[in-house]
Amino acid sequence: MQPIVSIQSLSKVYDSGHQALSGVDLDIEEGEILALLGPNGAGKTTLISIICGIVSPSSGAVSVAGHDIVRDYRVTRDLIGLVPQELTLGAFDTVWNTINFSRGLFGRKPDTAYLEQLLRDLSLWDKRSSELRALSGGMKRRVLIAKALSHEPRILFLDEPTAGVDVELRQDMWRLVRRLNDSGVTIILTTHYIEEAEAIADRVGIINDGKLLLVDDKQCLMQKLGKKTLQIELKQSIDQLPPELAEYNLEFSRDGSRLIYTYDTDLERTGITALLQTLHDVGLSLKDLNTSQSSLEEIFVRLVNSR
Amino acid sequence: MINFQAIRVIYKYEMLRAWNTMLQTIASPVISTSLYFVVFGAAIGSRIQQVEGVPYAVFIVPGLVMLSLSTQSIANASFGIFFPKFTGTIYEVMSAPVSFFEIVVGYVGAAASKSLILGTIILLTANLFVDLNIAHPFIMVLFLVLTCISFALFGFIIGLWATNFEKLQLIPMLVITPLVFLGGSFYSVSMLPPAWQTVTLFNPVLYLISGFRWSFFEVADVSVAISLAMITLFLLICLVLVWWMFKSGYRLKQ
Repeated sequence: MQPIVSIQSLSKVYDSGHQALSGVDLDIEEGEILALLGPNGAGKTTLISIICGIVSPSSGAVSVAGHDIVRDYRVTRDLIGLVPQELTLGAFDTVWNTINFSRGLFGRKPDTAYLEQLLRDLSLWDKRSSELRALSGGMKRRVLIAKALSHEPRILFLDEPTAGVDVELRQDMWRLVRRLNDSGVTIILTTHYIEEAEAIADRVGIINDGKLLLVDDKQCLMQKLGKKTLQIELKQSIDQLPPELAEYNLEFSRDGSRLIYTYDTDLERTGITALLQTLHDVGLSLKDLNTSQSSLEEIFVRLVNSR
Repeated sequence: MINFQAIRVIYKYEMLRAWNTMLQTIASPVISTSLYFVVFGAAIGSRIQQVEGVPYAVFIVPGLVMLSLSTQSIANASFGIFFPKFTGTIYEVMSAPVSFFEIVVGYVGAAASKSLILGTIILLTANLFVDLNIAHPFIMVLFLVLTCISFALFGFIIGLWATNFEKLQLIPMLVITPLVFLGGSFYSVSMLPPAWQTVTLFNPVLYLISGFRWSFFEVADVSVAISLAMITLFLLICLVLVWWMFKSGYRLKQ
């Protein structure tokens, strides 16, 4: 299937000389939830802004549903809804006026029924006549989402949607994201909260310093990069490792009661069976076994630090 | 294909903004026009009597209209586009399937419409003070419309160019207001010493006021054809500038 968004060797150098993106390639599949993970200033917002038409790319190309974003901007922008990171809203408009404005801006005829349902879904219906400046931060965030959805986009970009958002709204938002996704909307969100990416995304892309370090299925990513550790608790403490165990690169705790074996789940042979056999052969008896897998966060920290 | 819905909502939004600040939009020009009539028309005008066969209080009406029209068109249009830039809400217009043509028609159209309404109000107010006879109503309306559109376009350019509130005020205050005052709003160029008459010919606003005044009284400092040509030229220059700004993404896209 043709990717819904296809990014080819996209680079951006700002007038200030800052290289925000360098040579990013990325295909986004229709119907997926993709999380772009990266520290502040990694280039996430620049990437989104280019796709949406707010920032011009320095080089490279982006196509949306097979259409070039510069040449066929009417087609591509029509498909996209954007929820920006900042709470940028006019002060004196009402909620109702502002979402009608958004819908019209995207060339859609007024549709009272759809917009009413949209506001109800976002718990904004009661606030429809309120001026935007009178709303709380969380409510403003909801209005921004309503504006982005007012023209029924097929692709939704959420730039740091949960920055400064309380737990209730965050959960509401994830419910909404899942429902939209179920109805076929492709969702791309940026975040620097790893739990978020882990909880909601199908795929995760990691950006740092303007480079896309990797993109992969969340599960694959954790498998591929996730090292597993096996902790072995011994019945009797030992002073030093028996020479037979040297080949396993074991760490052992200071009191000598615990051995830690690190292995790759990717490998065909993890070496666990052999290790346990050897332990048995040298006469060590086990009290307990425990395995743990590194989280996305550890993977992320490792990746960002290693390059 | 033109995104008419986008033009409609931008236009409506801008008109609504004026509606919400009705007092500022309508009351202030009515009051300032009345003040000009009291000061220039009644107090000073009683000593000047007639200019080129026209009573002074009547003579200044076209200049007054042009003064308000040019400054208000610029103020409206520049603020209309500057404010979304300032607050950041411009992101939405930039990410929408809207062409520069539609954006300009929406914003400039609304600013020009407001100015037209304003011009009508000023003429009606003036009519309360003096008897106005318009010799060439069609040409009068043509000048009115051309002025509203071209100055609104110019204001739009200033709004795009300005990066802060100071720059927003700079050109209207330091360039436009002096040009309008010195362009014969309140006097005929023939009242000046010959040397200054020549200098005044370099003031583009002179042509505007002269032509507009001609449509009322058939009295002009320069030929009406030249006046029309000048305002059209100004309009074209502004159009090219705006087109270039959008094409290059100037001050909008990074």
